[in-house]
Parts: sequence; structure tokens; C-alpha cells
Amino acid sequence: MAGIVMHQAGGAARAQAHSAAERPPVRISIRHLDFYYGTNRALKGISLDLPDRQVTGMIGPSGCGKSTLLRVLNRMYSLYPGQRAEGEVVMDGRNILAPDVDLNELRARIGMVFQKPTPFPMTIQENIAFGVRLHERLGKAEMEERVEWALTRAALWDEVKDRLHSSALGLSGGQQQRLCIARTIAVRPEVILLDEPTSALDPISTLKIEELIDELKQDFTIAIVTHNMQQAARCADQVAFFYLGELVEVAPAAQLFTAPRHPRTQAYITGRFG
Amino acid sequence: MSAPLSAALHRRRRRKDAVIRALCLAATLIGLFFLASILLTLLWRGLPALSGTVFTQVTKPPGSGGGLLNPIVGSLIQTGIGTLIGTPLGLLVGTYLAEYARASRLGDAVRFVSDVLLSAPSILVGLFVYQLLVVPFGGFSGLAGAVALAIIIIPVVVRTTEDSLRLLPDTLREAVIALGAPKWKMVTLVCWRAARSGILTGLLLAVARAAGETAPLLFTSLGNLNWSLDLAQPMSSLPVTIYNYAGSAFEDWIALAWTGALLITFGVLGLNILARSLLRK
Amino acid sequence: MSQAAATSAAPPLPARRRAGKAGDAAFALACHAAGVFVLVLLGAIIALLFAGGWPAFRAFGLAFLTSTDWDPVQEVFGAGVSLYGTAVTAVLALVLAVPVAFGIAFLLTELAPAPLRRPIGMAIELLAAVPSIIYGMWGFFVIVPVMAGTIQPAIIDTIGELPVLGTLFQGPPFGTGLLTAALILAIMVLPFIAAVMRDAFAAVPPVYKESAYGLGATTWEVVRHVVLPYARVSVVGGTMLGLGRALGETMAVTFVVGNANRISPSLFGAGNTIASLIALEFPESGMGSLKLSALLALGFLLFALSFLVLAISRWLLRPRLKG
Repeated sequence: MAGIVMHQAGGAARAQAHSAAERPPVRISIRHLDFYYGTNRALKGISLDLPDRQVTGMIGPSGCGKSTLLRVLNRMYSLYPGQRAEGEVVMDGRNILAPDVDLNELRARIGMVFQKPTPFPMTIQENIAFGVRLHERLGKAEMEERVEWALTRAALWDEVKDRLHSSALGLSGGQQQRLCIARTIAVRPEVILLDEPTSALDPISTLKIEELIDELKQDFTIAIVTHNMQQAARCADQVAFFYLGELVEVAPAAQLFTAPRHPRTQAYITGRFG
Repeated sequence: MSAPLSAALHRRRRRKDAVIRALCLAATLIGLFFLASILLTLLWRGLPALSGTVFTQVTKPPGSGGGLLNPIVGSLIQTGIGTLIGTPLGLLVGTYLAEYARASRLGDAVRFVSDVLLSAPSILVGLFVYQLLVVPFGGFSGLAGAVALAIIIIPVVVRTTEDSLRLLPDTLREAVIALGAPKWKMVTLVCWRAARSGILTGLLLAVARAAGETAPLLFTSLGNLNWSLDLAQPMSSLPVTIYNYAGSAFEDWIALAWTGALLITFGVLGLNILARSLLRK
Repeated sequence: MSQAAATSAAPPLPARRRAGKAGDAAFALACHAAGVFVLVLLGAIIALLFAGGWPAFRAFGLAFLTSTDWDPVQEVFGAGVSLYGTAVTAVLALVLAVPVAFGIAFLLTELAPAPLRRPIGMAIELLAAVPSIIYGMWGFFVIVPVMAGTIQPAIIDTIGELPVLGTLFQGPPFGTGLLTAALILAIMVLPFIAAVMRDAFAAVPPVYKESAYGLGATTWEVVRHVVLPYARVSVVGGTMLGLGRALGETMAVTFVVGNANRISPSLFGAGNTIASLIALEFPESGMGSLKLSALLALGFLLFALSFLVLAISRWLLRPRLKG
């Protein structure tokens, strides 16, 4: 516990500065969200705001619904019949759960990185260009610029700049995940959803990606699901704790881990259940 | 426990095990022996008549030389057109089964029917196309032959396409969708590309199978002893020519039949080996 | 969000949205249409075969299935001889092939050293890739003389002397006949059955085999008491798959079966199968003749037979939820 507090000295200062100045604007507002797998209600009345250009961490034991919530935000569940969401998720004044929303355009604005790195069976350059081409028409020079920009922001450019035209499948696990991040950024979304992005990676790659998140939040709103509390403490500005489909507590990271209000939160972060 | 009894039991069990092992070895050797016999016979009987004229001369009456040019070309044409017709259809059906109909009743029916077509005797495919394209138009044709081969190719491509696509992890699909791609781009630009070695293998195997088929062509393109590239007329093919020559009483025709058999077999086996080595990459 | 930001989130360009949706609809339609096409294709095959054979069915009725007449002059046709030949050659082929296939599958999964498994497996698969006309030629020019010169006389002198069983092995040793055809068919279906068996054996969870080995069982005992029961249904399914192939083989059989329209008590006697009869009689059947109709009717019967066998085999081989 003490270690976490020490690490969060910087984060606490940041959070205080925020509340001292103005409340940051809200990018996405989740209001009374229920989610069903068939008849099974997996999310119960979730209300949560994701502040603009901040990292919102989502923690909780397995099966608590945190990944489910993430997949609501980019309507990924729409792929599967039998899964449905009720309630509102508001972004830019519009409810993205409405049936008339263009899902392809939505996913250009809300990107997602998955737990397992998923490089496409193409060259590194083509991996990045693939997403961009879905939504924009860029000339050759512009595309190369965008690819370089995305790979730089993902801290991968130096490692791959000499082999942009080799297969992405030849990269290491950590590099592949950074490629997926670059691919997601290249589309210039407003929000990036990270679903346990480092749980399949080694510690060094994990650290690299956590540093990346800290930089990326200057331009993107980030929501990260993680089962690693220390990671949430390190990376997130605010943390939301979920249990059995309910949002138990949400607070600035420092506060949640040092002085949680709810006894269940306390029990979880002290490891009394996992 | 009496020592002699258990020792005798052990001996008996080990003997039985040894006998079975020997039998299995014998079985495998039998299988390999037959393969060797077939290949060696082809080489022994087919090589003597193998010369340049086989590829440059058309089929001629017995006793006047001749080669296998028109059967070879006819087979290439009919197999080629059959592949052109059958592959896109097979690819779309396989894609349908893997991407749209994994657990639907219609999908199950299509899958079953595809398997029926896969195992259907090829002579029946020939009879069907005879009824469909020969009788109504009053004559045998190379096109009918190509259609018959297409029907043979389709179920093989369906099966391997579906299997290859199903092997792809769902997270790959979700990653494409998460970028904002419509489903058809996900399938054609990423899934097909990711599964391409499996799909290509299936295609090669299908072509190898179609290239060796005789019965369907007997009822559709019939064969043509003259040089003809006209798809609306009967067309020569290597398997049918081999069948006619081998069943004849003429030595030079029989020799040419062996050469033709050699060419077909090694071509087909070559395609098979190529296909399987592709899959291993 | 500020008001300015809300108005800047304009709806996407209509053209782009429509293109995405239209692309999805068109592609989905193409795939679905292709699926339906396959169904229509099978329906058409069944329909055309039946329609073509209908004149014969109507002329001869159910007796068509049992009559052994085949008289093009009198225009009396029956499927009896060819049905008998089809059944006998196919069943006999299985009797010969299944034990050998089992031996190969056993060797490939349990006995052979690892580096040898792939080449042997590949060689067996090549047996399956050889075109059937090659089997026919090889059968006629290589096997038939051996049968006529060595094997058939040997059998006649030994088993042929036995009281009841001996009647199956009588007659002049021409080398052709139902037994030879069955032998060639057996070699052809061998790789298919072996492949299914090998997959079934390989799918047994190692933990079952390991617990048997751990008790000191020999390899054969493990296979007999652990692997076979576990894979029993798949083995039968694979056998039926081989049966389906054997029923429909044409070119391999036509060369060696003797092509005579009679049911002889001896396996050395000539006969025919549905497929070989169709192949043989087709060139002399005019369009629209009753003879052609009889051939199409035979084709329909063959289709019904192999369809039935395939359906059973597939049902047996369906993936089962096993604990």
C-alpha cells in the first residue's frame, strides 16, 4: 500500500491540480447502462463519465463486466446477435447506442486495442495504412507521413523504420502490440479503448506501453481495463471499480487506492478477493 | 502371486504385441508396395514412348505415329475453365459457411450438401451435365466437360476455404472491425489474405483431382481425335484418350496410353506434393 | 463538451456511409446466393437423374431393382446384376481394406518413429491422389496377369477344395472378375479409411493412453482397450466413407471386372457394377432411348445408395461433445 502511495505522489498532484482548476470536460458520458448477454444481465445501471484526455482505469475481479463495458463503447457487441445494451452512452451530444449510428464512423472515432496483439498478415506499412484507407484518401507521401507519425507516437518508429515493408508477423510480441496501438492511432480517433493491453506481454514491453499511455493521453481520451491494480495506479487518472456488473466506486486514482469509500473496494484492493 | 505364471503371462502379452506390430508393419509395407508398383509400372511402360512427338503431334490412327497434343491441350483447357468457374463459387460458399452461417440451419444444409457433392461418384456428375448441357443442345462439347469439372472442383474448394477461415481467431476479425471496416472488407482484405495458404492448397488439390477424372468427361466432352479448340464441339482430353487407347488392341496406342498415364499421374502427384508443402509453410 | 464541439461533430458524409452499407449488402448477398446455388445444384442433379430414369422406372416398376435381364434388343433392362456386383465388390473391398488401413493408422500414430511418420503418411496420401483410370490400367495390365497366373490358381487349389466356401472360388482363372475388382477398390479406398482412422487415433487425449501405459500395458493393449473404444464411432464412420467411395468407382472397376451381365456364384466370375455398366453401355445408347433411361435410372439408384452411406458416415463422424 505504501509503495502505491509513493508512486502516486505525482499522480495525486496532477489530480489535485485538476480539481483545483476546472473539472475537465467529459468526452463520453455513460448513463444508466444495462447490458444483456441473452437474458443474463451483465451490466447493471452503469453511470460513468470519461473525462477528456485523461486515463480512466477500470478494475475488478474476473467477470465483473469491465471488458463488457469497454466493448459497449465502440459497439463491438453489435457483431453478436443476442447481445444488447440499454441506456445511453453520449458522445458529442449523440447517443452512440442509437440504431441509426454509423458504426464504421463511430469506430474511427473510438479505437480499440485488444489483449492479444493482432497484426494483420501484411507488411508493417500496410498494417497502418489499412485503417487510414478505410476513412481517408491520402496520397502516397501523405500516407507515408501518417505511418511515420503513428509509429513514432507508438514508440515503434526507430525499431521498424528500416523494415516497413517486411511482414508484421515477424515482430516480437511487445512490438506487435505497439504496432496495434500505432494502427489505432493512425486513424486519429478521439478515444482509445485498451482491453488488458499488456497482460500477454513481458515486463519490459509492459513498461514501454505504460510509458506510452502517459504520452498518448495528451491527445487522446483513454479507457483502460486491467486486472493489474498496480498498473491502474500507475497509469490512470481516475479509476472505476466494478463488481458483479455494478460500478461500485469511481475516484481519482490516488484516492481510490489510499482511501476508498466502499468496503468492497477496500476488500478488493487489499487482496481479500481476486 | 506365483512367479512362473506372471512370467508366462508377460511373455504371451509381449508376443502378442510383437505379432500385432509385425502385422502393422506388413500392412504399411503392403500399401507402400502398391504405390511403388504403380509408379514403377508407369515409368517402365510410359517412358519408352515418351518423346517430343508426344507433345507436338495430334492423335493419329494406330500405326501412323501420332502424339497426345490435342488431349493434353484439351485437358488443360477444360480443367482451366472448370477452375475458373468453380473456384469463385467455391470460395464464396466457403466464405458464406465460415463468416455468415456458422450455426444456422441453412448453413448446416449447405455444408451437408457440399459434402454430398464432394463424395458423389463422379460418373453421376457426368450424367447430370449430360442431361443438362448435352441433350438439350444436341451434342457433346468441351464446355460441358468444363462444367462437369467445375462441379467436381467446387466442393473441395468449399471445404478447404471454410476450414481455413475457421482457423482464424476471432480477435483478428474484431481488430479489423474496431478500425471501422465494413464486414465485406474485413473478409476480403484481411481474412482471405490471412487464410490464403490454406485456400490455395485446397485449390491445388481440387485441380489435381479434376485433372485426373475420366468418367465425367466421357459423358460431356466425349473426346475428339482431331485438333479442335472449339468449346461447342466435342473436345479431347487426356484421361479419355488414355481410356480409349488402353482398351484398344493396338500396341502403339497402348504404349501412348501408358505415356499419357505417366504424364497425368506425375502431374497430379506433383500438384498434391506442392499443395501440401504450401500448407506446411 | 462545449457547444462548439457539439456542432462540429457533424454526421458523416452520406456517400461514405452508403458505400459501406451497400458493400456489405452486396457481398452478403453474393455469399448467400452461392450457398443457395449449392443446394439448387444438388436438387438439379437428383431431379435430372430421376427425370431421365423415369421412363425406365415406369416401364419396369419395382422389378427393375431385382431383374437380372439386360437385353438391348428386346429393350428389357434390370438393375439386379449390377446392384449385386456393386454390393459385393464394395463390401469385399472393405473387408480387405479395413484391416490394412487399421494397421497403417496404428503404425502412424503409435509405432513409427517420429521422423518417419510424415513421409509414410504422405506416401499413403499419394495413393489417394492417383487418378482412378491409372488404377484401372495398372489393375488390368499388372494385377490381372498375376491373378490369372498365380493367385487364382493357388486359391482354386486350396480354398476352392473346401465344401461350402469353395463355391466362391471356382471357375477358369481369367484374372478378372469380382474379386480382382474388389482388390483394386480396396487399394483405392485404403488411404481414405487410414486417414480417418489415423485422425481418430490421434484425437484420443494422451492422458488416457498414458494412464494405461503407466499400468504396464503393451502398445497393442493400449490401442485395443483404450484407443479403439474411444475412437470406435469414428472408425465405423471412416469405414462408411470408404464404402461410399468404393460404390461409385468407375474407371478402376471397368478394366478388371469382366463386364458380363450375369450373377455368377464364384468371385472369379465376371460381372459388373452400376458404374461400370453405365460407362460401358453409354456409347451405344441413343438419346432418348429406353436404354439410356435405364442407365440414368441406374445412376439414380447409385446416387441414392451413396447418399445413404454418406449420410450415415457423416452422422457417425459428427463432432461429439465428449467430457
